[in-house]
Amino acid sequence: MNRINETFKRLRAEGKKAFIPYVTAGDPDIRTSKKIVSALAKAGADIIELGVPFSDPLADGPTIQKAIQRSLDAGCSVRKVFDMVRELRRRASVPFVFMTYYNIVFNYGIERFIREAKICGADGIIVPDLPMEESKGLMDIADREDFCLIMLTAPTTPAERFRKIAGRSRGFVYYVSLTGVTGVREKLSDKLKGDIKKLKKMTAKPVCVGFGISNPAQARDVADVSDGVIVGSAIIRLIEKNPDDKSAMVEKVEVFAGAVAKAVHG
Amino acid sequence: MRKTRRVPDTKGYFGDFGGRYIPETLMPAIRELTAAYRKTGSSPSFRKRLEYYLKEYAGRPTPLYFAEKLTKKLGGAKIYLKREDLLHTGAHKINNTIAQALLALEMGKKRLIAETGAGQHGVATATVAALFGLKCDVYMGTKDVERQSLNVFRMKLLGSRVIPVSSGSCTLKDAMNEAIRDWVTNVRDTHYVIGSVAGPHPYPMMVRDFQCVIGREARGQVLKKEGRLPTHLVACVGGGSNALGLFHPFYNDEKVSFIGVEAAGLGLKTGRHAAALLKGRVGILHGSKSFMLEDEDGQVSLAHSISAGLDYPGVGPEHAFYQKTGRAEYAAVNDREALEGVKLLSRTEGIIPALETAHAVYYLKKLAKKTRKSDIIVVCLSGRGDKDIDIMKEHM
Repeated sequence: MNRINETFKRLRAEGKKAFIPYVTAGDPDIRTSKKIVSALAKAGADIIELGVPFSDPLADGPTIQKAIQRSLDAGCSVRKVFDMVRELRRRASVPFVFMTYYNIVFNYGIERFIREAKICGADGIIVPDLPMEESKGLMDIADREDFCLIMLTAPTTPAERFRKIAGRSRGFVYYVSLTGVTGVREKLSDKLKGDIKKLKKMTAKPVCVGFGISNPAQARDVADVSDGVIVGSAIIRLIEKNPDDKSAMVEKVEVFAGAVAKAVHG
Repeated sequence: MRKTRRVPDTKGYFGDFGGRYIPETLMPAIRELTAAYRKTGSSPSFRKRLEYYLKEYAGRPTPLYFAEKLTKKLGGAKIYLKREDLLHTGAHKINNTIAQALLALEMGKKRLIAETGAGQHGVATATVAALFGLKCDVYMGTKDVERQSLNVFRMKLLGSRVIPVSSGSCTLKDAMNEAIRDWVTNVRDTHYVIGSVAGPHPYPMMVRDFQCVIGREARGQVLKKEGRLPTHLVACVGGGSNALGLFHPFYNDEKVSFIGVEAAGLGLKTGRHAAALLKGRVGILHGSKSFMLEDEDGQVSLAHSISAGLDYPGVGPEHAFYQKTGRAEYAAVNDREALEGVKLLSRTEGIIPALETAHAVYYLKKLAKKTRKSDIIVVCLSGRGDKDIDIMKEHM
């Protein structure tokens, strides 16, 4: 069984929700990035989302755009991300999910990407610019490798379409909390909790919520009604703000992630 | 006509190219747009309104001008210029923006957004926004804001906001990323007016259809003047909208050859160019699968061209399809040659072309040698050169 499914099975048994932090792999450099990922695991992450950098990230706001730029400037590549995961996998049991744009996968070769990702110890992939209609090729290969293609749904997704996407999604269903790009938001929509409750009734699969969630209180709120909370830009801000002191950077990430994990786990 | 209807298919594919690679948030809007285009786009009342504005406001039909002096100078085929530069706002872009604005009104959208490189599409969008009372924000790379300052001022004068984009290469591709991000955020009340035959389906098809007025007119005009079809059609290709507008109505006229001219920038061997079809690989950029410039890891490369409108690492999927099937050939003209093209047309015919257009003009020099006097070339004079005067001054 895929590690992602195992994780949700365990969390359900424990009556807990998943804390899913996102960082861009290789930000600010591969070495520090590995330490950051280990720190996230230590802080209580249930699944870790790793961005594989792409030069034109059209679903991302400024914070993640800059993270991707730092990573690319430091020489990150698909192969280096795979190596990084392979090394992390030796010590970590937490599921790793890649988040990347379709051109990166297409260019590497869909089959080759999924196979190598699986071998190095990753468990799933999220591709924000690959809607259901274009996903069959990648889905077939991922299914064959027991690798989860996690599909995204949005506030603009009609109910019938949500059911279809949820049916095809593997591991969990990613619900984008807002119409917009990634990035910290002061306040989440008043409608969000109600919307998630409705969506939960339409699928038996775990529904995890991302985009805009930036502090423990918001995370707690969303965790109440969903199966997991994805936090990205708020963590990346700590990387951005501490460029010169790498150990302080890692420590701040760990402390913040620990606080969010605690809020989510209750 | 049967043959032309085949592409794209219902999923927006031109053979292997095209499709819809966009965030889920946008899918309902894209489906709404597709449905609105299918329903409204062909309705008699919409066609009538569109024709009215194209004629009374934009200045259609544009002349098909026999460039006698240029023909003599180059010593080959008879050269006709399809004078899109004479349209209101100075380029073919207005054909598409009037149509998309009318469609946006039908869909009840209150706001337009656009990306622009040279500023021509931005100006054309700002113009229709003013005309139809819509709000308008135009995204433009900071590098282009600088080199096309006249157009920036025009857009502001027309009441639009120009939002400078300073990510990536600070040019058209980054402006398009930012416009897509805006659209994801404001999708419920905003229509994204894409200016080229790029982006997710239905844009490549829709923009092509709206630009086909160029080729339909040219076909009728050349038949009237010459009693036969041209042998060659020539147009510059960045995203490729003026080229498809000219080419597509001749698609089934198999004896008419199509030549698209890409920007060779500092030279095809230097790596600093914008020749996606000639030098690129297949990939996914801005919502569709086509040829693009990228490195071995799939990171999009920076394009380079003296002309901001061609400075784009991608190209419309229908051009990729034409190249693959051999329906069109593609060539490239570099920065220096394009400047020569400007001079050539200015001095022989008294017409100062835009730098984009000058790529096609210069190519005529190469093509004329290979043609007979009995051949007929129609070149799309896609835009006028006023906006480029500062760059020309700097380089000449």
